[in-house]
Amino acid sequence: MMQNLNKKRDIWTVVTIGILLIYAIILVYPLFTILKASVVTDGGFSLEYFQKFFGKKYYYGTLFNSLKVTVCVTLLTAVIAVPLAYIMSTIKIKGSGLLQGLIIISMMSPPFIGAYSWILLLGRSGVVTNFMKDTFGITTPDIYGFTGIVLVLTLQLTPLIYLYLMGAFKNIDNSILQAAESMGCTKVKKMFKVVIPLLLPTLLSGALLVFMRALADFGTPMLIGEGYKTIPVLIFNEFISEMGGDDAFAAAISVIVIIFALTIFLIQKLVVNKKAFSMMSLNPIEAKKEKGLKNILAHGYVYLYVALAFLPQLYVMYTAFLKTSGRIFVDGYSLESFQIAFERGSDAMINTLKLGLIALFFVVAIAILIAYVTVRRRNTLTNLLDIISMVPYIVPGSVLGIALLLSFNKPPLMLSGTMAIMIIAYMIRRLPYTIRSSAAMVHQISPSVEEASMSMGASNLKTFFKVTLPIMLPSVISGAILSWVTIISELSTSILLYTGRTKTMTVAIYTEVIRGNYGTAAALSTILSAVTIISLLLFFKLSGKKEVDI
Amino acid sequence: MSVSITFKDVVKKYGNNTVIPALSLDVKQGEFFTLLGPSGCGKTTLLRMVAGFNSIEGGQILFNEKVINNQPPQTRNIGMVFQNYALFPHLTVEKNVAFGLENRKVPKAQIPEKVEKMLEVVQIANFRKRLPQNLSGGQQQRVALARAIVMEPDVLLMDEPLSNLDAKLRIDMRNAIRDVQKKVGITTIYVTHDQEEAMAISDRIAVMNGGILQHVGTPQNIYHRPANVFVATFIGRANIIERPCHFEDGKHVIKMSEGYSVVMDNLDPNYRERSVKISIRPEEFVFSNDHEGIDAVIESSIFLGLNTHYFVRLDGGEQVEIIQESNIEKILEPGSRVKLKVKEEKINVFNRETEKSITKGVVNDAEPK
Repeated sequence: MMQNLNKKRDIWTVVTIGILLIYAIILVYPLFTILKASVVTDGGFSLEYFQKFFGKKYYYGTLFNSLKVTVCVTLLTAVIAVPLAYIMSTIKIKGSGLLQGLIIISMMSPPFIGAYSWILLLGRSGVVTNFMKDTFGITTPDIYGFTGIVLVLTLQLTPLIYLYLMGAFKNIDNSILQAAESMGCTKVKKMFKVVIPLLLPTLLSGALLVFMRALADFGTPMLIGEGYKTIPVLIFNEFISEMGGDDAFAAAISVIVIIFALTIFLIQKLVVNKKAFSMMSLNPIEAKKEKGLKNILAHGYVYLYVALAFLPQLYVMYTAFLKTSGRIFVDGYSLESFQIAFERGSDAMINTLKLGLIALFFVVAIAILIAYVTVRRRNTLTNLLDIISMVPYIVPGSVLGIALLLSFNKPPLMLSGTMAIMIIAYMIRRLPYTIRSSAAMVHQISPSVEEASMSMGASNLKTFFKVTLPIMLPSVISGAILSWVTIISELSTSILLYTGRTKTMTVAIYTEVIRGNYGTAAALSTILSAVTIISLLLFFKLSGKKEVDI
Repeated sequence: MSVSITFKDVVKKYGNNTVIPALSLDVKQGEFFTLLGPSGCGKTTLLRMVAGFNSIEGGQILFNEKVINNQPPQTRNIGMVFQNYALFPHLTVEKNVAFGLENRKVPKAQIPEKVEKMLEVVQIANFRKRLPQNLSGGQQQRVALARAIVMEPDVLLMDEPLSNLDAKLRIDMRNAIRDVQKKVGITTIYVTHDQEEAMAISDRIAVMNGGILQHVGTPQNIYHRPANVFVATFIGRANIIERPCHFEDGKHVIKMSEGYSVVMDNLDPNYRERSVKISIRPEEFVFSNDHEGIDAVIESSIFLGLNTHYFVRLDGGEQVEIIQESNIEKILEPGSRVKLKVKEEKINVFNRETEKSITKGVVNDAEPK
């Protein structure tokens, strides 16, 4: 009897294996390198570096600092985002479209610009600080350290949970709420007995994302944390230290962070899987006009949040147009800062553009292929690919940066200092998100559309390029814009990988802030923000909706 | 051109789970052949094996004399119409129809002409520039049909193509499909769970259950002389009752109740068991005017205009359904006592154990001759 050829051993198997190989080289190998570096001393196995970490409060204290920051930020974002999403979905808010757009923009801009803006406002010589001191003689609370980090990250990350929740609200059928009301469950009771339980799985997923971002964030604690060191800052310092960085120790800390993140990830999965259910709404909740106090409170809450999240960044833009004398802002307006920004930063701008576009191309191409094989060709190989491609989700950017540097610093793969290593880093970091949104799109295409194409004589490859891809294209393009925005605002990996020739805009802004050239920093930030905003406007226009799939 | 399709001991397995044990069947050239059965009976699975979307774990499928088991769908030269139509949402009606022609390397100059002709055949030419999302369900269905047959495939496969349409459109479309199929004379396998649709549209029907062919035959034969109890109850309505019987003078005498027996001369003379299962369709009962007949009590009735349905309790305890042409007189009240006779020439009698028909006249192509 002839063997069955029809076992789908087709072009897609080749694609799957090809991508797996790429991942093996650019992700699995570096992670093993970092693991090896952390446990091997002088050619033998040793836990010396782990002992060092847990032996001194200076080191293990950062783990607690990170934990404290991360937990606080996660809880605060949830507490702020739930009412925000509830109000926006159930009550008609004036200008809600614009507000939604501003919330998304505030989320998509680099976090360290947020940190920088709060320093400008509430820092030692911030405008608000000085104003309060001069006018009322009041000393404003210290923005540096724990408070500042939590403030900036909370405002920055609240939109993440908020957007997740908005999606979940759309899936709650209004009749469920009406059914609850008809059974005598109303108002607050309805909120706690029906609405929140329905939102819980989504809330937990959003919270996990916030947790991972807050844990991995480097720019914010670096700028506003001052003495308050978190893990990414420690890793960076140990690795880059001017007195000769200790690679192996940085590797050991990285391993600890990964184990920590992995634990949280698994716990979350366990909880969510227990509570998972699916919802489909034919009759979504509609925002209703409210009157009186309720209306005022609802508007107040939303406007206050958007103001806090967005105005500081607007202030940064404002300062870009101020006249400067040396490093200090003086009275009057000028475009001098922009002039200097273009003089000093044009290389960085070109680099950002180049790196961003190349990385974007690979991210989109690979994400589409991975999404397709993992959805349409479920087998052991594609499951493996699915898992591997999601690993970067829990690997902080700085850890990935170190892993890549340790792995590719000698021939045959001498990549450190090149553009290639930065492109690889951006690719790995962005892929999990792009894969997820592409996979969602593939799920929406009925397999029979592809079968129809095959039955009409189109080969598997032709079917993909002539049918599947064109159907996916609109969402692929909007997904690409979002990827683009995240790639150009990346800092934590870039700061480790860049050299003089591959400096990016985020790195340039960061260095200008550190050097105290606030005018130039503001001008560069403004340019970056402008690019972000224009990209997002384009995204809104193309996708025709005021939502983003993060 | 059109081919005959032969299934030889075809087996379908998912892992260790056998869905179709060993199925043999011949579909003639140019025939409109329907696979009919309840959901999960394996009919769509079988269709997708012909299309090449499902693997074949044993046996062979042949187009004419050619085994196609290992051919990919692209080279089988089939046309397929899907339950959800599966139109390409990014292509206009025209482009959808031209898609297959472009793949089959039809000379570029001929494509527009062929497309145009096909759009005329399915009466959709006015919408040629529209995207599928701007068409109604029935129009989408026509495009799907045009797209499948424009390539002049050897075989046309249709997977419940009408199940997403409303009742009236379903009837219009099934007539349209039937007409187009006859016009092009293409061998067609059609899958449905709707027995009325199957009867209206098919040359022959295969009734399937649990992956096994129950009865393969013409709509008339399947309705009038079902091969077994399952077919009798699945096609149309049938009341199944069990009654004692004996064989005398070359005939079977079935005792319907005290004082009322029917003598059947069209049953298998080798059957000598003491009892049989009988399938009596609701229209095969008649109210008796004399004293003979099964005693029964009317339990309820439904007036449907042309006909009146009665639900009746027999003295044996079984509940049966009866359909009578409505007459001008009053409908029988619940509680009324009646006597029932059966139309002997129409009822079907089955082996009590195997539930297979012992009535002569069954033509079942699924059985080896």
